[in-house]
Amino acid sequence: MSNISFNKFYRKFNILSLSLIVISLVFLIFKGLNYGVDFKGGTLIELRTTDKTNNISLIRDSFNQMNLGDVSVKKFGNETDFIVKFEKQNSNDPEFIKNIQNKLSSSIGDVDFRRVENVGPKVSSELLKSGIIAISLSLAAMLLYIWIRFEWQFSLGAILAIFHDVIITLGIFSIFSLEINLSIVAAVLTIVGYSMNDTVVIFDRVRENLRKYSDIKIFDLTNISINETLSRTIITSVTTLLALFSIYLFGGEILKGFSLAMILGVIFGTYSSIYIANPILVALNVSQRTIVKEEKD
Amino acid sequence: MLYFSKLRIISVIVFTVIFSYFAFSNFVKFDDKFFSKNINLGLDLQGGSYLLLEIDNRPVITQKLQAKIIELKRYFKEKEITLKNFSLKGDTILFETTDKEFENVKNILKDKESDVNTYYPTYKSHEFDVIEDGNLFSLNYSRYGLVLLKNSSLDQAIEIVRRRVDEVGTNEPNILKRGNDRILVELPGLDDPNRIKSLLGKTANLTFQFISQNNEESFGTEKLSFEDGSRDAIVSKRIILSGDNLVDAKPSMNSQTNETVVSFSLDRVGAKKFGKATSMGVGKQLAIVLDGKIISAPTVREPIIGGSGQISGDFTFQSATDLALLLRSGALPAPLNIIEERTVGPDLGQDSIDAGILSLFIGFLLVILFMIYKYRAFGLIANLALVSNLFLLIGILTLFEATLTLPGIAGIILTVGMAVDANVLIFERIKEETKNEKNPIIAFDAGYTKSRTTILDANITTLIAAFILFFMGSGPVKGFSVTLGVGILTTLFSVYFIARLLTSLYVVKNKDKEQLL
Repeated sequence: MSNISFNKFYRKFNILSLSLIVISLVFLIFKGLNYGVDFKGGTLIELRTTDKTNNISLIRDSFNQMNLGDVSVKKFGNETDFIVKFEKQNSNDPEFIKNIQNKLSSSIGDVDFRRVENVGPKVSSELLKSGIIAISLSLAAMLLYIWIRFEWQFSLGAILAIFHDVIITLGIFSIFSLEINLSIVAAVLTIVGYSMNDTVVIFDRVRENLRKYSDIKIFDLTNISINETLSRTIITSVTTLLALFSIYLFGGEILKGFSLAMILGVIFGTYSSIYIANPILVALNVSQRTIVKEEKD
Repeated sequence: MLYFSKLRIISVIVFTVIFSYFAFSNFVKFDDKFFSKNINLGLDLQGGSYLLLEIDNRPVITQKLQAKIIELKRYFKEKEITLKNFSLKGDTILFETTDKEFENVKNILKDKESDVNTYYPTYKSHEFDVIEDGNLFSLNYSRYGLVLLKNSSLDQAIEIVRRRVDEVGTNEPNILKRGNDRILVELPGLDDPNRIKSLLGKTANLTFQFISQNNEESFGTEKLSFEDGSRDAIVSKRIILSGDNLVDAKPSMNSQTNETVVSFSLDRVGAKKFGKATSMGVGKQLAIVLDGKIISAPTVREPIIGGSGQISGDFTFQSATDLALLLRSGALPAPLNIIEERTVGPDLGQDSIDAGILSLFIGFLLVILFMIYKYRAFGLIANLALVSNLFLLIGILTLFEATLTLPGIAGIILTVGMAVDANVLIFERIKEETKNEKNPIIAFDAGYTKSRTTILDANITTLIAAFILFFMGSGPVKGFSVTLGVGILTTLFSVYFIARLLTSLYVVKNKDKEQLL
């Protein structure tokens, strides 16, 4: 078993986490998130050109001439693949996409629309609402579950750890203007589950050790528990990250955002189980009495 | 925890083999349906279109309110009650009555047996809410009146949408109601959704109206423009014939002019009406109006009494085919708007499948190598559990014909990464137990027992997330929650039955060795 003094760095890492959260919140509030068409409405077209000389500015120019509002063009994997997004979404005109394709073909040569997503304003606001509800519901459900299984001090620690992971992951998406779409919501929910999973494993051990040793202070007891579960923590994170990196690198462009969010979430989730969840038990001065009292009730 | 009875061993093997079989049935062809089940590929993997249509009910409401005004006028006239100053303001019908008649009118409108304001006992509500202010009555659709109206127009619309989609002939379209004013259309494997989109975007309200020569029309006139936008024409509001009277329509060639036309035949009522109107109107121009636009306005040369005719107007063969299709399938009760569209081309779908399988394979291999490196013989056991876990997962998804999406594949890969967690928890616990306990059987047993609650806790949390995602998510994301959720169940099975069985066999056989794990 390893014997690393994690608890010596509680304070330092708490300051680090706190500053990361503050930075994330500042970005989230002032810069906001880069919502994709799922949540903002508009049109997304993934296109493949046959002519290799086509570049981003050429494609952007052709789209700009069509009067579609704000247009953004990005390379998407291959040299000939591009993602084009614009504000306009025309639900009254069924020929909308067809017309764009015709105009585009005449200006830059044959193009293949590999994917089209067209989301109206009503649908996008509904999707955003249900995304927020889903994440809040899952947080509430986790809170409830851990509240039933553990004492309130543990629930608080676990929930703060989850908030930490979600806020920082979203903060990074805000800082780098990475796109938030439906699959990112799925990623965030999975992060919530994973972070909880990781925290629960350590908490289970803390509780077991609280019963076993009455004379060890919670400060040292958390450290013992972290060390006892450390090799599991590392192995599981490594195997999960191996799977996620494999999706990130080989799973195609569409899954890149999803796997990146998950990778960040797993890293922060593992870190927060040690450096957020445990210091909170210390701060709340959890002792053998905490769990014995609860068990008598 | 390590003891397995013979019966249990057999049932674990049988269970695993059955579900693993279904994983393979995706790649094997059998004549029997049950044994050759296939996993459904989502639209993002096989390519196709997802369209969410919303009915614009405003025209229907206005239409119904106008009809209601006529009905009210007629009804009260028969009762010899005079109502005056009828008007339609927004969605409100307004009219006035006299002091003498006030109570009478009020009672008729609020009576549960009312003939003009239907009462729905199930909703405890009338069709219209009636508000009176002095002698002024205002009628508004009640909440339930509106719900019923919307439901009935949705029912009609979905029927028409189904007919149109079927006529185009795509494979296995999926057409569903969403709420009370939306229709979801899923068209798997469709290469080009543009044709269906333009077919669904048309109301296809066909009418025949005479072009008015003087302004003395008793029905009033309206100004309509030609389809090609070239000019306008004043048209009588009197509708000679509408698309409702059509029994068939098909594209054909006019042998005299050599142009593509749509020929139609009428039902008996229609034929009679059409014959009468055309014999009265020889020499007049008859406008053929589709959704408020004039397609063409030929001059009537002779009475058309056979109950069939032709529509001409600059058609290509394709546009004539489409118009015929629209006329055959009937008019939509209200316009449909496409409020959400997601289309994936078939080659992108195939690319996604290839990338998904490649990343699954690589992720799987990396995890397997890592586990062997960490745990040697027990790594092999964990890996065997992992392989059977994968077969079970795919087998169950196949058996229930679940839909596999790209995020769903990501869910499988993630399951592979997280599935080893339970075995790792157990193995690490066993390692700790072996320090104090020399008898390996007891140590292994304790390792399994003591890690059980932790493993359950850890998996339930992920299961909760998967459940919420399943109920709140849509489309591809839902596919992710299904694989994630089923993955947790198969993981627990593979860990507690397959891996534990293998561990127990191994430990009992090697119990005299020094360090097992």
